[in-house]
Amino acid sequence: MIRPDADTLLEIVDLQARVEDKPILKGVNLTIKAGEIHAVMGRNGSGKSTLSKVLAGHPAYTVTGGSVLYRGANLLDLEPEQRARLGLFLGFQYPVEIPGVSNLEFLRVSTNARRGEKGEEELDTFAFEDLVRERLQVVQMDPAFLERSVNEGFSGGEKKRNEILQMALLDPLVAILDETDSGLDIDALRIVAGGVNHLASPDNATLLITHYQRLLDVITPDYVHVMAGGRILRTGGKELALELEDRGYDWVDQELAVLEVA
Amino acid sequence: MSSSTSVGDLVSQPYKYGFVTDIETDKIDKGLSEDVVRLISSKKDEPQFLLDFRLRAYKQWLRMEEPDWATLGHPAIDYQEMIYYAAPRQQEKKASLDEVDPKLLETFEKLGIPLSEQKRLSNVAVDAVFDSVSIATTYREKLAEHGVIFCSISEAVKDHPDLIERYLGTVVPSNDNFFAALNSAVFSDGSFVFIPKGVACPMELSTYFRINSGDTGQFERTLIVAEEGASVSYLEGCTAPMFDTNQLHAAVVELVTLDDASIKYSTVQNWYAGDENGVGGIYNFVTKRGHCRGDRSHISWTQVETGSAITWKYPSCVLQGADSVGEFYSVALTNNLQQADTGTKMVHVGPRTRSTIVSKGISAGRSSNSYRGLVQIGPKATGARNYSQCDSMLIGDQAAANTYPYIRSQQPEASVEHEASTCRISADQLFYLQSRGIGFEEAVSMMVSGFCRDVFNQLPMEFAAEADKLLALKLEGSVG
Ligand SMILES: Nc1ncnc2c1ncn2[C@@H]1O[C@H](COP(=O)(O)OP(=O)(O)OP(=O)(O)O)[C@@H](O)[C@H]1O
Ligand SMILES: [Mg+2]
Repeated sequence: MIRPDADTLLEIVDLQARVEDKPILKGVNLTIKAGEIHAVMGRNGSGKSTLSKVLAGHPAYTVTGGSVLYRGANLLDLEPEQRARLGLFLGFQYPVEIPGVSNLEFLRVSTNARRGEKGEEELDTFAFEDLVRERLQVVQMDPAFLERSVNEGFSGGEKKRNEILQMALLDPLVAILDETDSGLDIDALRIVAGGVNHLASPDNATLLITHYQRLLDVITPDYVHVMAGGRILRTGGKELALELEDRGYDWVDQELAVLEVA
Repeated sequence: MSSSTSVGDLVSQPYKYGFVTDIETDKIDKGLSEDVVRLISSKKDEPQFLLDFRLRAYKQWLRMEEPDWATLGHPAIDYQEMIYYAAPRQQEKKASLDEVDPKLLETFEKLGIPLSEQKRLSNVAVDAVFDSVSIATTYREKLAEHGVIFCSISEAVKDHPDLIERYLGTVVPSNDNFFAALNSAVFSDGSFVFIPKGVACPMELSTYFRINSGDTGQFERTLIVAEEGASVSYLEGCTAPMFDTNQLHAAVVELVTLDDASIKYSTVQNWYAGDENGVGGIYNFVTKRGHCRGDRSHISWTQVETGSAITWKYPSCVLQGADSVGEFYSVALTNNLQQADTGTKMVHVGPRTRSTIVSKGISAGRSSNSYRGLVQIGPKATGARNYSQCDSMLIGDQAAANTYPYIRSQQPEASVEHEASTCRISADQLFYLQSRGIGFEEAVSMMVSGFCRDVFNQLPMEFAAEADKLLALKLEGSVG
């Protein structure tokens, strides 16, 4: 929902980043306000996941220019864990497996880290069990997954549900969901999308990275951005996604070629 | 910025126990000879059988050579440059703790081992060994009510010579290996535990070893005997000051279980490991062996090895009694230039004997960490079973981990299972945890304790938390 008077949550200006010596982000501009849902689309390799990881603070990426303000403060100065505690959430395209670390314990420690930052009291094991059981329903996940190691042996779809479960527990202000819809069967897609809609509120914002219109049929974006060559090349309303579905990315490539010559 | 934080920073924590206690000591001049062996024995006023035992061991040692089969490297040890006996100067071992030099009590208190009546741990009896001698043993009277003997080995030689003569050197013969022979010749003190028939020891027993002198070797000797149906849980801990020279620690531990007896022996080893350039640190060459002499007896070794410049240590079980059980649970953490070559030997002699080996090696920095284990199944060990699991975790990309499992079976029917794995803490795993609000250090520590859980679960309750803290300490550090 677009409201002109809404607070600005995230303001990305001319963001540039490289991995090792390879420049990947070449000047990204994007402003996200409370209550909004943004979708980012673009060809494979255009830099979508890189943008999301730079925002979350992945150490492999070096920021070489530009700025990011999160609720008015310099996001790039903060450690990744601090960004998370302040309400920035990244649902990973490829969640990693962490053998030996119990999913339940992991969820409890991270939930308490976020709660502490919000000034809420820590939940003990019992209080947390109650909370997690309630939130499991948002993604209709089997409690058996709590007993396993973090993501270990989870199927692709189960990992994605576990990401949304974390989102439901952490109550983020800005949630970036990187291809959370990929690899989900039709029912799972509906459940996950339902969860995201359920968690969206006038106070928070969502950035969906996706390749598919079918997700945007269930979660209606306020803005659609097209990424190419490490930049946001075009921004429009939800109809831009339909246009892409129709015409493909060739025209984007042409625009990019013009830009890169200039 | 997070990118400047590396796991390497975390594993390099300053050593907390590196202080030296300034106390007058009674030392024998450096160097080793028959006279020195005789002098140690006479200082301790030992009976003839023990002097003979020492002299025989000394002669055997002279003909032996340092073992070289482990993947360890160090400059040659000069056995004539070392002091073999150092004791804080105090007349007799004190009957009451009130008479012990307050400096010594203070030292142990600083190490987290309060000995005084008011402060000591409520369900753990402690024998405190400082350099070459035991300075105090708590709860002796209470244990004596149950017939349990817990004292220093020097006192046991005086008060229970028959038990010492019957059991000493029967599990680890003095010519077992170079370091065991050296220990048998010059051992100065250590603990003695005797649990009589049918008694379950009413409290945890524990010995705390402290090396204080810079030029002294420590050669402690521990003997634990559990008679028929008896049981005991015992824990040893160790620390040393930071010196830039290397000190030798060559201990021998012998365990004996008769029918239906059980001994659970746990170690939390935190000797000084040397600095980040590998200067200083303890050379830890230790022979530990348990003998399940009786049927259905049970010996379990649990070790958390975090210190020492070099660790050479293979706590083993000889499973002679029918249906006896041997266990080895180990966590070995190496960092900087530390080297560990550790593992176990499970020697199945009797029928239906069973053994379990769980080894977790964590290597960080430029350290090297090897598991070396032997499972031997003799011709009479019908229906013997072994399960081994050896996991290695690498932190950073300069550390080395090796696994050397040896299996020798003369029993075609025996079941021997071996599983091994190696993993690396990846930047992506750490980032995943961080991106959920978990700090870098806590993230590392969560992954490491997850990795070690199977072993920590084996530690006595009172110490499981200690071990967790110790690893966290080794892995903790200023971020940034
Ligand atoms: N750690 C890395 N090392 C080397 N190259 C990288 C790294 N991370 C990203 N890249 C490169 O940066 C470019 C952008 O990758 P990114 O993952 O951001 O693309 P994407 O838009 O998310 O693609 P997809 O739609 O396939 O998920 C790619 O060419 C990729 O190979
Ligand atoms: Mg991607």
